[in-house]
Amino acid sequence: MVEKFETSRGTGLFKPGAPMAASEVEAWFVREVLPMEAMLMHYLHQNWRNKSDIEDLRQEVYARVCEAAQKEVPEKTKAFVLTTARNLLINRVRREQIVPIEAVADLDELEIAIDAPGPERNVMARDVLRKLQGALDRLPPRAREVVTLRRIEGLSRPEIAERMGISEKTVSEHLTNGLCALADMLYGDASDLRGKP
Amino acid sequence: MSAKGAAKDVNAEAARWLERREFENWGEADEAELSAWLAQSWEHRVAYWRLKDAWEHTGRLSVLRPSAPQKTEAPASRKPFRPMLFRIAAATVVIAALGAGAASYYLKDDAPRETVYTTQVGGHQTVQLADGSKIELNTDTVLRARVSAHERLVTLDRGEAYFQISHDPKHPFVVMVGDHRVTDLGTKFLVRRDNKNLEVAVTEGRVQLDTPDGRLQAPVLLTRHEAASVHDNKVFVTRKTALSLTNELGWRHGFLVFDHTTLADAVAEFNRYNQGKLVIADPATARLTMDGTFPIDGISAFTEVAQEVFKLRIERHGEKIVITR
Repeated sequence: MVEKFETSRGTGLFKPGAPMAASEVEAWFVREVLPMEAMLMHYLHQNWRNKSDIEDLRQEVYARVCEAAQKEVPEKTKAFVLTTARNLLINRVRREQIVPIEAVADLDELEIAIDAPGPERNVMARDVLRKLQGALDRLPPRAREVVTLRRIEGLSRPEIAERMGISEKTVSEHLTNGLCALADMLYGDASDLRGKP
Repeated sequence: MSAKGAAKDVNAEAARWLERREFENWGEADEAELSAWLAQSWEHRVAYWRLKDAWEHTGRLSVLRPSAPQKTEAPASRKPFRPMLFRIAAATVVIAALGAGAASYYLKDDAPRETVYTTQVGGHQTVQLADGSKIELNTDTVLRARVSAHERLVTLDRGEAYFQISHDPKHPFVVMVGDHRVTDLGTKFLVRRDNKNLEVAVTEGRVQLDTPDGRLQAPVLLTRHEAASVHDNKVFVTRKTALSLTNELGWRHGFLVFDHTTLADAVAEFNRYNQGKLVIADPATARLTMDGTFPIDGISAFTEVAQEVFKLRIERHGEKIVITR
């Protein structure tokens, strides 16, 4: 059975405690959860030493959070995201047997972190334009060129390939890699969090 | 629990879906295939949603114009800078859907043969006339066309249309808008009728604007990049930049482009295309200006920017969406 997912973004208010339609989960995720990414990444980096696990952990937090939200919209997104992350880390520690000492130590302090006043929802949206330009500037030059030629000049894949003197396959690779890097910078970059309570 | 490093692969796969959707002709079969992939797991869905949102960010804001020092040199300057173009591919699907759904036209059988073309609010339709000319109807438009070996006459009863005329000096192409007559002299031009106001803008060639009986005004000749607006039978002619004309024609590709546009004007534009109406509560808010590119039906993206960039509040009252401070 193929589930159908709407691609439109709703602006409806999400009622805590109520179930969501599949299409609403995407809108909720984009509006409520993605803006927490910098905070989540900061938390994961602080509490998990193996950096190569971080991307997996982030993805799994998102998946579990959305799965739960479909059944019941959480009242406080931030607390919900962090609690999910903490539980995930604890389960990993238990399962993996080899316990990273630092992780355990930090986990104890987590309750406090959740309740403490943190950066408000959406550090990113505070200045979408500046952030976007900054992210674009930091892309590898070839990836930036592909994104720019596509987004600003509207060139097709073969046109970009010709313009840059590379194969179409390479154009695709630059775009997909660039997009992943761009998303990491847009959502996950914690530099805005530093120096804030 | 997914395997170690799985997220990287899922992200790459999600990015490939987006890349294909961006660059390739995206049909129902592709959409079904994507839906099936998304339905496989929450991991797939969140990865795709996240990257899709990032990609949409890059398209939504026109400030992405490359800053001068970073611009790639010689090759890039071959083509003039055309900010609207990138949306064409993405918007084609949307336009096709709107055109098919919203527009209807029928042919009256009695002579003289007149064809009526209409679009609903949010609609967009391209009409190919028998003489090779092309007319694009924007939202909420009513237009009647009479094209024969002897005459080429179009009457714009309501709305906005973009004309690309195959020139024929023996049979001038004439657009009537109320009392006013726009005569093509080899050209591409835009005509918009909005209550009592008329606007004509020329993107290529020349047109002549007058009233057939000469009662209201002397003929005005408009050339490339010139625009005339008519209020109370007074004609004002202004010169526009190529960029501002391109922006004005954003609707042809399914987009609204704002460039130092006041919120009042931006809201008025959205309201032309959408059933749900935006309302600004106070004059100070109405005067804020903004830049940005939005899909024609992107009210939610717009209210998001209002909330997040301007720190405004959005309240919903039935069909009305009120923007307040």
